[in-house]
Amino acid sequence: MTSSDAPKWDVVVIGGGHNGLVAAAMLGKARRKVLLVEAADALGGAARTEEFHPGFRASSVAHLVNRLHPDVVKSLNLAAHGLKFETDEVLPSVALSKDGNPLLFGGAYGETLTGASDAEAAAWKTLRAQLFRYAGILKPFLARRPPDLRGMAFGEKSALGLAALSVRRLGKEDMRDFLRMLLMNVADVLDEHLEDERLRGLLAFDTVLGCHLGPRSPTSLLGLYYRLVGEIDGVAGAQAITKGGMGAVVAALATAAEKVGVTTRKATTVKRILVESGRAVGVELDTGETVHAKTIVSAINPRTTLIDLVGARELDTGIVRKAQHIRMHGDAAKLHLALDGMPAFKGLTADQHRARLVIAPSVDHVEKSFNPSKYGEFSPEPVMEITIPSLVDRYLAPSGAAVLSAVVQFAPYRLKEGWETGKPKLLAAIMATLEDHAPGIGGLVRHAELLTPADIEARYHMPGGHWHHGELQIDQMLVSRPFFGAEGYDTPVEGLFLAGAGSHPGGGISGAPGLNAARRVIEMRG
Amino acid sequence: MSPTAEKVTRGDQAHFRLYRLPSPFQPRLEALGRTEDWYNWAGYKAPNTLWDEELEYFAIRSQAAAFDISPMTKYRIEGRDAEALMNKVTLRDVSKLKPGRVQYTAWCDDEGHVLDDGTLFRLSADRFRLCSQERHLPWLLDSAAGMDVTVEEETEAVAGLALQGPTSYAVLASAGFAGVERLKIFDLAEFPFGDGTVTISRTGFTGDLGYELFAPAGQALALWDLLFQAGRLHGLRAIGYRALNRARTEAGLIVANADFITSEHAVRADRLRQPDEIGLGFMVDLDKGHFNGRRAIAEARRKGSLKHVLVGLEIEGNIPAEHAIVYHNRKKEVGLVSAAIWSPMAKRNIAIADLARPYGEKIVDDLWVEIYALRELQYQKLMKRAKIVPRPFIKLDRRTANPPGEF
Repeated sequence: MTSSDAPKWDVVVIGGGHNGLVAAAMLGKARRKVLLVEAADALGGAARTEEFHPGFRASSVAHLVNRLHPDVVKSLNLAAHGLKFETDEVLPSVALSKDGNPLLFGGAYGETLTGASDAEAAAWKTLRAQLFRYAGILKPFLARRPPDLRGMAFGEKSALGLAALSVRRLGKEDMRDFLRMLLMNVADVLDEHLEDERLRGLLAFDTVLGCHLGPRSPTSLLGLYYRLVGEIDGVAGAQAITKGGMGAVVAALATAAEKVGVTTRKATTVKRILVESGRAVGVELDTGETVHAKTIVSAINPRTTLIDLVGARELDTGIVRKAQHIRMHGDAAKLHLALDGMPAFKGLTADQHRARLVIAPSVDHVEKSFNPSKYGEFSPEPVMEITIPSLVDRYLAPSGAAVLSAVVQFAPYRLKEGWETGKPKLLAAIMATLEDHAPGIGGLVRHAELLTPADIEARYHMPGGHWHHGELQIDQMLVSRPFFGAEGYDTPVEGLFLAGAGSHPGGGISGAPGLNAARRVIEMRG
Repeated sequence: MSPTAEKVTRGDQAHFRLYRLPSPFQPRLEALGRTEDWYNWAGYKAPNTLWDEELEYFAIRSQAAAFDISPMTKYRIEGRDAEALMNKVTLRDVSKLKPGRVQYTAWCDDEGHVLDDGTLFRLSADRFRLCSQERHLPWLLDSAAGMDVTVEEETEAVAGLALQGPTSYAVLASAGFAGVERLKIFDLAEFPFGDGTVTISRTGFTGDLGYELFAPAGQALALWDLLFQAGRLHGLRAIGYRALNRARTEAGLIVANADFITSEHAVRADRLRQPDEIGLGFMVDLDKGHFNGRRAIAEARRKGSLKHVLVGLEIEGNIPAEHAIVYHNRKKEVGLVSAAIWSPMAKRNIAIADLARPYGEKIVDDLWVEIYALRELQYQKLMKRAKIVPRPFIKLDRRTANPPGEF
């Protein structure tokens, strides 16, 4: 074992996922000497673009940009490092229908609605404005470090004060409605406002995407707010598929990190976080080396960080209990299809296939496909979100061929029959659903890759295969994310910080946890 | 539905009919319990007094007294990481506790608030017995995450008997426990008894010469009979809690949920106490590696945020100041007396009190207690001067004398 005498590094960042990269780059920018350690051969974690079949590439887990934090884009000057969005046209969504009568949900989260009645369009316009108004109040909470209940700095108090003020500014009736709706389920809210089942199904699907919740589960509406606080170039609710897939975001972040002097070591696993007298002093690598640093930033799973790397012995029993009780059983699968040609979804023009395509025909359908997952079964009629990224970036597939990428709900991590036998059955169910909406698609499939939560867990070191690294529900949000006692990015182990999606505000390609963690490190002079 | 003959329903079980569990020594206690003065000790039927509180106390100080400690919660902790677990849970450095030794110790939650105090017996390199006031199995099991260790509750399986007083050694010697004279204070050893063994330690809760004996519950009555036969000429008497409480107060020892509220039972946030606030700061070893509450205790010390202090008081007069309010300058309320007696040994009026800092820490003068003495249906309010004095209030050479006195 080798060990350098004087610490060469100010900061070691564990995990080169997008949040790890953001934290590393921000700290590098603040003149810290940063070493970033990534277990895989490539950076990016679940935001990589990978070849899943010879000649076919896809964004491995996350496939849409809709919440990359503007401060991340600006602070790290990502535009200069090659990150470009197609800003002339915001990517629309389409609620697919089996009978060839889709609903077009255009602009930034349904600015335009095509295919619905005028009355429905007007009702949606009102509800959409209301939802954005309320999401706007929550936005500051979802951007900053959660409020410190042990005593707040002036800045934090004033931020909370401003949020309180913005609630007051809503006006009496609106304020009452904001508070009334806060913990409602999305199905009840939709019942109050909308009638078109296609639109209701789409909204219900978006609300519960990535969560173990049905539209009728209490508090589900929060999931929709979480989505609506996302923005691209200042356009709230916008979404995009980047050229080069999600890997392009990672590449820009990696360049930004490199520019500020961050050193990266790939294919290197951190085996242990070294703790002396309650303080993290370095890491031990799988090579046997120990690397000392003043500050350790872990952008991997919070439970893995504390229980596996720090170890229960170095932690108070209450903390161990909390870390082990984080709910993180994923309920979504990811499908990649290598297709010999373009599929044709019913009722869509060729150009409309570029959109985000959603199969969620009604609120009831989403709820019914959730039900089996409560009992360890996948949905026989899954709901899903489909993109065909090869239409945006033709280099993702060989000429004439196409790539289809889909997030499929609901597929519980703990499948009763086990994923070994369950996986082919789920794939068959998905293909049957796809065939209903795009007849003939089955015949185009050259290769299908289905990642169950078990696969996602193994491949991306995401316990439970949960892309939020912890279920994103009210009991695991804000000061309770990942748990009270580690909610402010600093942890009970001095000098150890959490920077991954398991920390506030949560997952999705936002970079917000990494950004906030880096700010906290700087604030605490780490 | 009617229950079938084979099927045993919950209602058929008899345990719930027992409001209080019997101790393994219950038949002997019942036979001696002339006062019928019982109380509930952690679910067990235990004697407050058996025949005469005053004389029971003097049995501790002048003869030998047997006090049933079977209701005490007992855990058996065994395995390669048993020492690591005890080091993580408790405040003292367990690596310094050699096999055959006993530590008086305490343990805390994450916030550094005391969960309980108790005694830790190191039976061998990888085997411990932890005795405490309350139940802690989930806490111990969760603390053992990632460790190679088993934790088993043995409260009901093991009988415990404290044998305290100047002739206690003589009783054991007469009972044939050869080698007990080699036990120094806080030593333990196993002695053959019946088909098995009895564990005897030179420990106790009286500040006197004394021993504690642990044996399988099935051996309890045989052990009792042996001791009482051997102790006939050494004045051995069975005693209840009231007498013990006097002795422990003289020894300056604290009792969980009497002198402080354990953190899992405290309902009010300001009743929680760190070790430094109940006189147990001496146990805390910040250099031994991580243990539960370490961070919080270190932080409270660094920030000086400790709010309370536990002190020994000597009060003028001879009226016990039990649960009296402590005043500064006769006016300002600064604390409460949690235990108080007129000490026959110290010939002083003594008390243990919880004070709000800086009283008891920086301000130690001009303290008073207000005693309400009920005299023939009329309260007489007495404002008595109190002086902070070191604990223990009495120190008996025979407690630690080697070899132990024969008497």
